[in-house]
Amino acid sequence: MTRAVVPLAIFLALAGLFWYVLGQMNQGEYNPRDVPTQFIGRDAPPFELPDLFEPTQSVRSADMSGKPWLLNVWGTWCPECWKEHEYLIHLAQREGVPIIGINWRDDAGEAKAMLARMGNPFLKVGFDPNSDAVIEWGVYGAPETFLIDAQGVVREKHTGAMSPQVWNSKFKSYFAAGGAS
Amino acid sequence: MRRHGILLLAAVLLLSAMAFARVEVHDFDSPEQEARYNNLIKELRCLVCQNQNIADSNAELAVDLRRKTYEMVRQNKSEQEITEFMVDRYGKFVQYDPPLDTETMLLWIGPFIILLVGVILLIRTIRRRRAETVTAVDTAQLEAAASLLETERDTKKS
Repeated sequence: MTRAVVPLAIFLALAGLFWYVLGQMNQGEYNPRDVPTQFIGRDAPPFELPDLFEPTQSVRSADMSGKPWLLNVWGTWCPECWKEHEYLIHLAQREGVPIIGINWRDDAGEAKAMLARMGNPFLKVGFDPNSDAVIEWGVYGAPETFLIDAQGVVREKHTGAMSPQVWNSKFKSYFAAGGAS
Repeated sequence: MRRHGILLLAAVLLLSAMAFARVEVHDFDSPEQEARYNNLIKELRCLVCQNQNIADSNAELAVDLRRKTYEMVRQNKSEQEITEFMVDRYGKFVQYDPPLDTETMLLWIGPFIILLVGVILLIRTIRRRRAETVTAVDTAQLEAAASLLETERDTKKS
């Protein structure tokens, strides 16, 4: 009797584990390839990039101090970025969230065309074709979204498309206290 | 005709091999610098294709991380400084040979724990098997054997 029970119990435990993990992966709650960020609680790394629309001007992290803001790394080559784009527009327009974009390893023309076609949720977009700022921020995939508080400290990071679930559970509270306009 | 075919095949193979080989040409101040660069790109993990180092990977981020490594080597930064730069941004996961500390303890000791569990299970199974083979003979068979011995002894006596 016990001969059958023990392997069956092991099988059921493994099946349960796989079911749970795959469910978490499907919901975007768990990503086995995720590399934990080193930046939570650290000062936001400074960057200075040419503006996507005005290459002679620069986009700097220092410009944003004094209020919480989002940094979103994206590219036209990244399907997950298209997926989250509409929600980013919602956040920027309906919830008044300031979002700075970093356009990563992209063609400037295509990037501008995508924003013209799908709408532009960004206050400013820094153009980063050589991963300069991306490496400074420890980014390894797109999209990645960072939350920086009013003191310039990184508080949250999300890898993958931004969604209402992720926003409400991890990000929203930072903007509740007078952040939204 | 056949020889021509083989030559053509060889030419095609050679061309395709050349098309895939993307050689990055770098200038270094010294052979020591070049060795440091080559060693570093072997020791740093590509974060896109996570089972490759950045020397082997042609992912775009790996190309940029190689360039960053190259720039730092040219600035004469030490191997340790460059590794620290990467770990500072990407965590210990970027190192193919991470240091043994509390965070990586399970990674280093885990395989030995699994081996130990395996050996214990193996010994238990072997012992159980042995016990089973000993008791596999039931009393009826033992009695039959005993009576057989008896009869044999009796026949010898007579």
